This record gives sequence, structure tokens and C-alpha cells, in this order.
Amino acid sequence: MAIQQPKKQRDIHKGDRRFYLSLRAVGLLVILIFSAIVIQLARLSAPALHHFGLGFLFESNWDPVNEKFGAASFLFGTLVSSLIALVISVPVSVGVALFLTELAPKRVANFMGFLVEMLAAIPSIVYGLWGVFVLAPILRTMVEPFLKHHLGFLPLFQGAPYGVGMMAAGIILAIMITPTISAICREVFSAVSNAQREAALALGATRWEMIRLSVLRGVRPGILGAVVLGFGRALGETMAVTMVIGNRPDISPSLFAPAQTMASVIANEYAEATSDLHLSALAAIGLSLFAVSLVINSSARLLIWNFERPSRLGSAK
Amino acid sequence: MNEEVLEMTTLHPDNQADGQAGVRSTPLSTVSRDHLGAWDFRRKLINRLFMTLLVFASLLAIVPLLSVFMYVLQQGLPALDFSFFTHLPAPVGELGGGMGNAVAGTLILVGIASLLGIPIGIACGIYLAEYGNRPQGGKLAATLTFTIDLLASVPSIIIGLFAYAVLVVPMRRFSGYAGGAALAVIMIPTIARSTEELLKMVPTHIREAGLALGIPRWKVILRIVLRGSMSGITTGVMLSVARAAGETAPLLFTSLNSRFWPTGLDQPISSLPVQIYTYAISPYEEWHRQAWAGALLLVSFVFIFNLLTRLALGRPTRSRD
Repeated sequence: MAIQQPKKQRDIHKGDRRFYLSLRAVGLLVILIFSAIVIQLARLSAPALHHFGLGFLFESNWDPVNEKFGAASFLFGTLVSSLIALVISVPVSVGVALFLTELAPKRVANFMGFLVEMLAAIPSIVYGLWGVFVLAPILRTMVEPFLKHHLGFLPLFQGAPYGVGMMAAGIILAIMITPTISAICREVFSAVSNAQREAALALGATRWEMIRLSVLRGVRPGILGAVVLGFGRALGETMAVTMVIGNRPDISPSLFAPAQTMASVIANEYAEATSDLHLSALAAIGLSLFAVSLVINSSARLLIWNFERPSRLGSAK
Repeated sequence: MNEEVLEMTTLHPDNQADGQAGVRSTPLSTVSRDHLGAWDFRRKLINRLFMTLLVFASLLAIVPLLSVFMYVLQQGLPALDFSFFTHLPAPVGELGGGMGNAVAGTLILVGIASLLGIPIGIACGIYLAEYGNRPQGGKLAATLTFTIDLLASVPSIIIGLFAYAVLVVPMRRFSGYAGGAALAVIMIPTIARSTEELLKMVPTHIREAGLALGIPRWKVILRIVLRGSMSGITTGVMLSVARAAGETAPLLFTSLNSRFWPTGLDQPISSLPVQIYTYAISPYEEWHRQAWAGALLLVSFVFIFNLLTRLALGRPTRSRD
């Protein structure tokens, strides 16, 4: 790939230099676009940050009519809904990945892999529609009354079962991040060398013992990276969550209660906001969401890279 | 007996816990055969249990997909008729009507996005794959790789805010341009990555063969390396186009929505996802039907694209092993 050409030859192929420079220019353009995103977000949110300062993130009062803006309830909504999603999705995703790499015959694995990929390809808006008309009624009429009846002593399961709310958002998010987490786990598991598996089996390990000893033991950072990446996806997910979370800026311990996330408040109010301060406050929420998802995603990348690099080099040849 | 002893020494939890495999506090000979049998039974039971759990997890993951497919087909199919594609949305209370303008709008927006995003994405991919390792390209290439990773992780609604700031505010109106540009920014990282990955799989000797014939490097890249990977690159492009077509969040406050046929790119433009959203959160039964029909259209589009690429490529990107 890195073929060095002597300086003399470069003049023979004038097109080369032009080609190289134009590619470079496009690369620069993309870097510029990214910096422009940062700058524009900062510019849009500057008035609100000036007006409210850092307290913006810790104030939970959101009252557009009286121009009182605080993002705490949205931070809460985003974090809690994403955490619910992780709690549901991580065991399932790791299970799917293990099934596909360790257990399933190749054909079954291919087919199931395709189905899981399809899960990732369905547009967010379709999940939202499904959430509103299929998931929420199931939660309202069956799941939530059941939980309330049996576990109602916990503050988590109190209040009226609306169907739409934190729980619905968490479940929808769990469905949407499962393909992400399981795809990365799958890659991480298949990077484990077969010799290690065979060694465990040769010692008389059952299949599960083999998985536990030779697959799962060494790949914890990789799984963690997958989980963090899934978390990052859940944080920024907008449409499906907006449609099922109930959109009320409350901080409630109950999973049945309506809530609102950072992304969903922007989706809901940005096109209709009239006052400049309101627009700016929404942009400030966008800026914080942007910052959080950058931090989360880059740390996930680091985890996965650190894990994958040595093993990749080892397995390439 | 020998086998069982081996299992005991390697797999007994006591041994793993203190990390001294094979060293036991009690001599093996004192362990009775009965004990071994019970222990073995337990191991097999646990094995069964976990294997069942793995299968169960996989089935559980597929359930939502099947449910989405089922409902989209069942609810959407009856409403998806010819007039869905040819009519404008009917006013509240009137039956019939369609989403013709939204289908056209989505095609237009995705068209703009493709015109902008595909060339930029492919160019980035070529740059990273072909010049990324060069000493003089190193710094920019490393920055670009990092930027593309970050760009891919930016929530799409943030991209919408960006397009609003740079296109809607200066033009003082919501427009098709802004929506298309937002979608383009979303497409760039996926296309760039898949192109880079595919080009890196082309063996170096192919490039060397071309260069040895005296062909200029840019021609080697475009006519030999790129052309050879064309089917794969097309796949990546198609998948990202399918993804862009389903994006809603970045369009909410860039191209907004419209009840009429698209007349100009500098006007608000209707799109399928935004129209589905508007209808889904409305209280009208008839509109819900239309929303499901729109969803069916989107899902079948995405499904067909994925199936085609799957058939064209077999197993994508895993050809290394």
C-alpha cells in the first residue's frame, strides 16, 4: 500500500499529485464539517449557557412559558432509560453472540445473524410506531399491572400504569441496541483462538465450562467495550424514545411514570419553540448530549481497540 | 477413573478459586466415586441449563423483529394501495388520501444526500486506504480516521441541529436543502468506513502490478483497485442510503413537513418518516392506518436492500477468516 515513489517520477504522472491533493481536500472538508458541528452547537447554545451558567445541568425546572430552563430531568431520563436498556439487553446480547459463535451450526448462525442485523436496520420511527400501538398496550394491560401487583412495594413499580413511560422507552432501546452489542461481542468471541477452546474440551470440560474458561475469561474488556458502545447508541436514540416515553419532564422513581430524554425534548420542541432563549436552551441540551456521547463512544473505542489489536495481529497470519 | 481425576483437578471450583490448578487440600484418593458422580451430574446439568439459556436468548432477540414484521404487514398492507402513492394526505375526517408527496419527498431528500454524501464518503475511504500509511499523509489520515469514528457516533438529531444552524437560520426558512445536507452528513462515515475496509482487502501486489506497467497511481486506484471492489462498495453505499431513508430526527427541523407536492428545494418538503411520525402521534384512526402503510413501505425497502446485499456478498467483511 505504502509504495514510495522516487521524486523524479512524480513529475511524469502529474495526475497523481492532483488526485492526491483532491482526496486530501475532501478529507479536510470532512474534518471541517465535524469542527463546524462543534462550533455551531456551541454558538447556538451560548445564550442559554450565559444566562443559566453550569447550573443549567442541575436545575430540573423546565418551564418554557416562564422562560425557566434546566436540563436535569432530561439528563435523568436519558441516563435511566439507557441503563434500563442495558440491564435488559446485555445478557440477551451476550447470549446471542455466544449462541452464534459457539453453539449454532454455521447455517443457523448465518441466518440468525441476518435476522439480528435486520433488527439494526429497521428505522427508529418504525420501532416508535410499534412501541405506541403494540408494546405500550401490552405494558399497560398486562406487564405493568402484574409488576405492580407482585412487586408494588418497591418504589420502582408504583403509580398508574400508563403504558407509555420510562419502562417502554427502556424496552424499545434494549431492542434497538441488542444488534450493536451482540455484533461486537460476536467479533470479540471469534477472535479467541480455537486452540484455546480445544484445550478446554480436551481436558473434559463441558461446553459451558469451555465457554466460561476459554472464551469469556479473556474477553471482558471487549464485552465492556461493546456494552459502552451500546450505551452510547441508547443515549442518542431519538424517535422511538420520543414516541413511547410520554414526554413529561419529571424525575420520578417509578418506571411506569412518563419522562423525557435529552434527544426527545429537542425532537419535540425545537421546531415549535418561539423564544430565542428556549431555542438556545434546547441547543444547550444538544451540546451536552453531543459531549456525553463523544466521551462514551471514544472510551468504548479505546476499550475495543486495546483488546482487539494484539489478538488481531496474532490471528491475521 | 483417570478421566474423572483429570476433570476434578482442572475444573473443580476450589482449584480455580485459589488459582493453584491441581493443588488440593485433600488428597484425591479420599474423594469417593459417588462424590465424583454427583459432581459430574451437576456439571452436566449446569451445562444443559446454560445451553438452553443461550438458545432462549437468541429466540428472545428475534421476537421483537417478528412482531414488528407481523404488525407492519397486518396493519399496513390493507392501507397500501395505489392511491397511497398518487394522492396527497386527506384532511382530517376524510377517508382516503395517500402519502404521495412524502414518498416523492423522501426520494428527493435521499437523492440530494446521495449526491453530496456518496462522493465525499468514497473519497475519504480511498484516501484512508490508499494514502493513509504514507508518511506525509499520516497526520491528516489519523485525524480523519478519528473524526469519522466520532462523526459516526454523533446522534442524528445533533446533525439536524447543525443543519438548522448552518442552512435554515441563514436562509430563514426550512428547506429540502437542509434536510438533504443533514442526511448526507449521516451517510458519510458509514460509506467512508466500508470503502476503506474493502480497499484495504485488495492485495498490494495488484497495485504493484499496475504500477509496474507504468500506469499512473491515480489510474491504478480508480481503474483497478476501485473497480475490483465495486460490488462491495455499492453494497456499503446502498446500506447507508437505506439507513438515511429511514432517518427522522434530523429532518424534524430542517426539511420540516408539508401537505403539498414538493415544488422547490428551498421549500419545506414532506418525507415518509416525518409523515409517519405526524400521523402516529395524531389521535385519528385513519391516519394511524396510513402511518402503518408508510412503515410497511420503509421496512420493505430496508429489508429488500439488506437481502440483496446479503445475497450479493454472502457474508460481508468477514472474508478474512
